Amino acid sequence: MEEGAIIKNDLKKAPKTGDWGYLKPEVDPAKCIGCETCVRFCPDACIEMKKRAAEEKEVSQENFREKELAHVDLEFCKGCGVCAEVCPVKAISMKK
Amino acid sequence: MNKKLTEKLAPGHSTCAGCGIPAIVRTVLGATEDPIIVASATGCLEVTTTIYPYTAWKVPFIHNAFENAAATMSGVEAAQKILLKKGKIKKKAKLVVFGGDGGTTDIGLQSLSGALERGHDFLYVCYDNGGYMNTGGQRSGATPYGADTETEPAGKESFGKVRQRKDLMEIINGHGLKYLAQASVGNLADLEKKARKALEIEGPTFLLVLQPCTQVWKYPTSQYVNVAKLAVETNFWPLYEIEDGKYKINYINENPKPIEEFLKTQGRFKHLFKNPDNQHVIGEIQRAVEENVARLVKKSQIS
Amino acid sequence: MLNKLYSKSKQEKHLVRALTGGAAAAEALRQIQPDVMAVYPITPQTPIIETFAKMKADGKVNAEIIQVESEHSAMSAVVGAQAAGARTVTATSSQGLALMHEILYIASGLRLPSLMYVSARALSAPINIHGEHGDVMAVRDSGWIQIFAQNAQEVYDLGFIGLKLAEETRFPVMVVMDGFQTSHTTERVELLPDDEIEDFVGVYQPQNFLLNLKNPVSFGPLALQDSYFDFRVDQQKDFLKTKNEFQRICRDFGREFQRHYDFFEEYETKDAKEVIVIMGSVAGTVKEVVDRLREKGKKVGVLAVTLFRPFDYQKIGEKLAHAKRIAVLDRAMSVGAYPPLYTEVVNGVYHATGRKIEVASYTYGLGGRDTFQKQIEKVFADLEKGNISDRVKYLK
Repeated sequence: MEEGAIIKNDLKKAPKTGDWGYLKPEVDPAKCIGCETCVRFCPDACIEMKKRAAEEKEVSQENFREKELAHVDLEFCKGCGVCAEVCPVKAISMKK
Repeated sequence: MNKKLTEKLAPGHSTCAGCGIPAIVRTVLGATEDPIIVASATGCLEVTTTIYPYTAWKVPFIHNAFENAAATMSGVEAAQKILLKKGKIKKKAKLVVFGGDGGTTDIGLQSLSGALERGHDFLYVCYDNGGYMNTGGQRSGATPYGADTETEPAGKESFGKVRQRKDLMEIINGHGLKYLAQASVGNLADLEKKARKALEIEGPTFLLVLQPCTQVWKYPTSQYVNVAKLAVETNFWPLYEIEDGKYKINYINENPKPIEEFLKTQGRFKHLFKNPDNQHVIGEIQRAVEENVARLVKKSQIS
Repeated sequence: MLNKLYSKSKQEKHLVRALTGGAAAAEALRQIQPDVMAVYPITPQTPIIETFAKMKADGKVNAEIIQVESEHSAMSAVVGAQAAGARTVTATSSQGLALMHEILYIASGLRLPSLMYVSARALSAPINIHGEHGDVMAVRDSGWIQIFAQNAQEVYDLGFIGLKLAEETRFPVMVVMDGFQTSHTTERVELLPDDEIEDFVGVYQPQNFLLNLKNPVSFGPLALQDSYFDFRVDQQKDFLKTKNEFQRICRDFGREFQRHYDFFEEYETKDAKEVIVIMGSVAGTVKEVVDRLREKGKKVGVLAVTLFRPFDYQKIGEKLAHAKRIAVLDRAMSVGAYPPLYTEVVNGVYHATGRKIEVASYTYGLGGRDTFQKQIEKVFADLEKGNISDRVKYLK
């Protein structure tokens, strides 16, 4: 045991809060306008702005923009649905 | 995981799904490039971020007890001051304390008052969810009038809390701070601006941030931003600053939505709508909101 | 100004002064040169913080003084400052110590080596500002090392030993003096040169601390059912080890300064049939009685406890094994139970010897009531006659 219970951040020891929820957000890259509204409201800082992959580009040709779009990392996502709620263009939906 | 947002507070903390506290913390801590030391009162933030063996804190962090976060930080501040003076350390860190409304308005008020009076150089951030949420939703001095809580529940003979909440901003302002402000988790850009300002000022500064609680306010986990925004849009929670004693209103809705819009989003006010006898309570809340707005407008005009 | 009076020559090494216990404590604190001191007034501790504050005002100490608004905040600020990496001290008494109670456990649990002088005083109600050990006894399970001084000289010396012990074992230490009898009584105190004290106490080098920005650590996590118990057992194990460290540091101090301390001071105990066990200032009174009775051929002695926490049951048992009858004099009451020191001594004697030595319990000096030589003589007379019962007697 650590003397005095003094500890250091070590992500390996973190509870996997990604297992908590039964709904997970899914970003529709065709709809996302890259406004970043969801990013800071996400309680678990799961959302990062990323350039879309080339293959995605093909799926959603018409709405593709050459900018960064919301990408949700589900490792710690608790499935609260805040991102979907705050998205101004409803580009995020909660899926089972 | 968002790299920038998790530089100081990592994920893997156990705040409830849909809790806004981490957004408040990340926004405040993100408002400075300087190193930061954090102290926290016992409460939701503390218990969820440091469950042994994991700590989500990537900056130096101390939790002492419930009522003494400000006194604890007084010690840290004094230590930093003298060790810098003695040349034992080189870099000065910004000091930020977080406490809930229980740890701030109630049990921690004396400790905070003492620290503010002594003029220690730190920012105190109270995330105000209007009750003791970590222990399951009991009434605090910050619980709004008419709310149903575990210790002052609504029932046949009761409409919930019979007293108005303490005006913590006025209490803190009585200590002659250079800067204090009221903000909301629903308006993070405003919060960030205020945190930046507060952190740049030498001496004690204070932020009171509205933090809706999905569990105890009883609304779906996806709704904290909407609820916090409604609090602002109904003028239940005006956004304002007090700088060198001067009141500055950042946002008061000139055509506010009726308070019902805010109240009806939450289970803790359900009884006000269900029971016709409680209609007057809604009226009373509306009246208090309007009175508070009028008071703030007047103060901002005088100063 | 004291510095100028010191002489480096061996003969004049010891500077003799007339000081109260409180002033001796403040002088020790000056020489320790803490980084931070949290201060809040309470009688009979106030002279310590006032003297220290004046020293700062006169430029004799380079420390931050935090003028807290309560003892609860004093101990909270001590925890903050010590966790930040500063050598931190404070002082308190009675209600103040009681108000600190909650945070005392935290200081120890976080392994923060702060030093606190306590002017032991009675607890309310009814309110009383005078000496007794009730306040200190109420926090005896908090994980603080508790060292009892008999007089101003010991207050001074044990401050250095206590600080070194704290910093080397990473446990907080309280050095206890009797309120008024020691804190406010002027006595002869031999001071030691600043530079030698500086060498003896050394530089504080914390392991984990908040101001080490390159190695961010979290103090005070939540430990649940799967870990809390283990942390507490570790704390207990490490705490018990501080006994040996105490003895080692006392030996070092003795070698350096020719003043000797140990778990107990034994006075005429070697061949004593009747022994009084006591702590604090009244030990001096008992010694005088022992001297007088020895002149009359009585085989009596006194054992004065210096280190009360951790308590060395084995050693006290061994020291008392040869005694025929023992009286333990407590300056505290444990309402509804035998007094604290008595309980420890009975345990120690029983475990070390396995035989039943008769041990009598006396309570004395509550709320500052004087204890007279006559009363001590009566205790020895009771022991000699075998006038011992299982009832606690009061030396009122």
